[in-house]
Amino acid sequence: MMKKKITLKNVIKYTLIYSLLILISFVILSPVVWIIGSSFNPGSSVFSSTLIPKNPTIQHYIDLFTETEYPLWFLNTLKVATMNMIVSVIITTLTAYAFSRFRFRGRKQGMMTILVLQMFPSILAMTAMYVLLTKLHLINTHIGLVIVYATGQIPFNTWLVKGYLDAIPRSLDEAAKIDGASNITILTKIIMPLSKPILVFVALQNFVGPWFDFIFPQLVLRGADKKTLAMGLFNWIKDRQANQFTLFAAGAILVAIPITLLYAYFQKHIVEGLSAGATKG
Amino acid sequence: MSKSKKAALYSTVFMGLGQLYNKDWIKGIFFMLIEIITLINIFNGTVAHSIWGVITLGETRGVKGDHSINLMIDGIITLMLLAFVVIIFVFNIKDAKKARENIENGKMAKKPIEYLKFIRNRYFAHILLMPSIVLIIFFTLLPILFTFLIAFTNYSIPYHIPPGNLVDWVGFKNFIKLFKMEEWAGTIWTVGLWTIIWAIITTVLNYFAGLGLALLTNAKGVKLKKVWRTLFILPYAIPAFISLLIFRLVFMGPGPVNSTLLNIGVISEKIPFLSDHTLAKVMVILVYCWTGAPYWMALMSGTLTNIDKSLYEAAEIDGASKWQQFYKITVPMVLFQTAPLLIMTFAHNFNNFGMIYLLTTGDPVNANLKYAGSTDILISWIYKMTLEKRQFGMAAAVTILIFVFVASMAIYSFRKTKSFKEEDMIQ
Repeated sequence: MMKKKITLKNVIKYTLIYSLLILISFVILSPVVWIIGSSFNPGSSVFSSTLIPKNPTIQHYIDLFTETEYPLWFLNTLKVATMNMIVSVIITTLTAYAFSRFRFRGRKQGMMTILVLQMFPSILAMTAMYVLLTKLHLINTHIGLVIVYATGQIPFNTWLVKGYLDAIPRSLDEAAKIDGASNITILTKIIMPLSKPILVFVALQNFVGPWFDFIFPQLVLRGADKKTLAMGLFNWIKDRQANQFTLFAAGAILVAIPITLLYAYFQKHIVEGLSAGATKG
Repeated sequence: MSKSKKAALYSTVFMGLGQLYNKDWIKGIFFMLIEIITLINIFNGTVAHSIWGVITLGETRGVKGDHSINLMIDGIITLMLLAFVVIIFVFNIKDAKKARENIENGKMAKKPIEYLKFIRNRYFAHILLMPSIVLIIFFTLLPILFTFLIAFTNYSIPYHIPPGNLVDWVGFKNFIKLFKMEEWAGTIWTVGLWTIIWAIITTVLNYFAGLGLALLTNAKGVKLKKVWRTLFILPYAIPAFISLLIFRLVFMGPGPVNSTLLNIGVISEKIPFLSDHTLAKVMVILVYCWTGAPYWMALMSGTLTNIDKSLYEAAEIDGASKWQQFYKITVPMVLFQTAPLLIMTFAHNFNNFGMIYLLTTGDPVNANLKYAGSTDILISWIYKMTLEKRQFGMAAAVTILIFVFVASMAIYSFRKTKSFKEEDMIQ
């Protein structure tokens, strides 16, 4: 290997690169450090909080569980997220399987419809959804919220999973069919295991989504006992003074940590899902 | 008249008769039930009432009077069900004819159980699609249809909100207002222009910032590559909901940035990061870069490491400089692989509601705009009109415009992608 020469050019180059790296790290880390610091700050306002608290306290974390409805919100969200994950994965898998493996009348039109619908943000149909959910007596229920989420994700994720399934050789299905396997067996025993990465990606997305959505809960849920986390957290700092700021900081950190860890753990699947979306989407 | 035509005729006269004539009792009774239910609803006036509801949207005012919006939804659902019955009706005639032909040709009619099996095999894909179809019809298509209809009504406060008041059809009035009435026209052009600028700048900026990050962390001779990369991916892992709210606080008037700068004496007055009309726009773009660039970095890092090394070796032999290698090999390779995503991202950014709403709520308030703030993009403007100002009619009109714009872009771009054209070649 060639030994690196210490030339003026190299010195300048590396000083530049490293100072850039450090500068970017600073930009990325400072808001994170600030919010963590704030959660240990006594008091409740933005004004008094400093980067590194002078008298650190874990009072806000205790308050979260004793003084506020944070645990209830947490459980509500966990319930919605889990239901949404299960329902969405099942529906998406069935739909993608049908589009990928069967040739039937209306298939192309169906896929085109899905593509166009994917472009229509669900927020835009809020009024109608509200009226419909009321009619079906699903307003102020978690099921209603799950239905809204699970429907909203169908177009995009179907397209994503279908792309992935297309890449699984059809000869596998055919071999199984000759051995007498039914369509359902092929789906559960061959297709699903082979498409695990993309299914994990879809499951993760649908699990994480409800934790940070405050739009649809506001539309669907009315009662205080039904509230989800994002709604509650957002309300704490919505107004100009951000009254419950330190509580928000503590609450946000508590929920961000597990989610960030989940992402880190499933990193491989996420990268795969992202690039599947990139090349086949 | 042939017997198959007779069967078809019977089924036309009354659904299921042809099947009974074919001695296919179960199917016959099933079809008859559908016709009977339909007829009952027609004769007891339910259908007529629904159609009257859609046409008039109610005629009696007052709390106990007609509820226009419910009438409209009922009407849409009834019309959809009627269309469905018509489809079954046509199918029922064809089925009777076909079954009779089979009988005449000496084939036995299928027994019910066999028929169910046949359906399961023949229509397996449709059965798989059932849950999606039902959900999409009720919670996507129906709401879209409803929104389209609302755009042609005056559904809004203060005088046209049920219950108590009636909503009326107003034709294209909302659209005319949107483009001809000064305060509305001014708003839609200003907000629309800003939305397009916002979508273009953020897409391009995030893309190239991501490329920069990827190149920086892949640069030759940089130590601890993994550490840097993990650090830089952090904003992608932190939920945007939380990071955006943090930035909202960080850049608040009395927030930490201002107080720090004041303390060390760099500035003597607070900088109005999020309350100055222009500065707030710059801030939303920059903050989006913070949350958005790492996604591209992750994608491009993968692409970068996959570039064939022999390309660089060949270039080196030909005497290409590092700079030439960079912009003749690296950049085109990465662009080629990731550019198809740009259109999708543009469409996504065009409607990136969360970004704007969480960071600024569309503020600062702009007196020249109707119901919109300076950083509001079209979708957040619609949200405000719907949830806060309750101007449903106008909001729906803007929604249609967005939908037409984005959908035509999507169809155009997807028609061009390989996956749609060549998908049958894979198998």
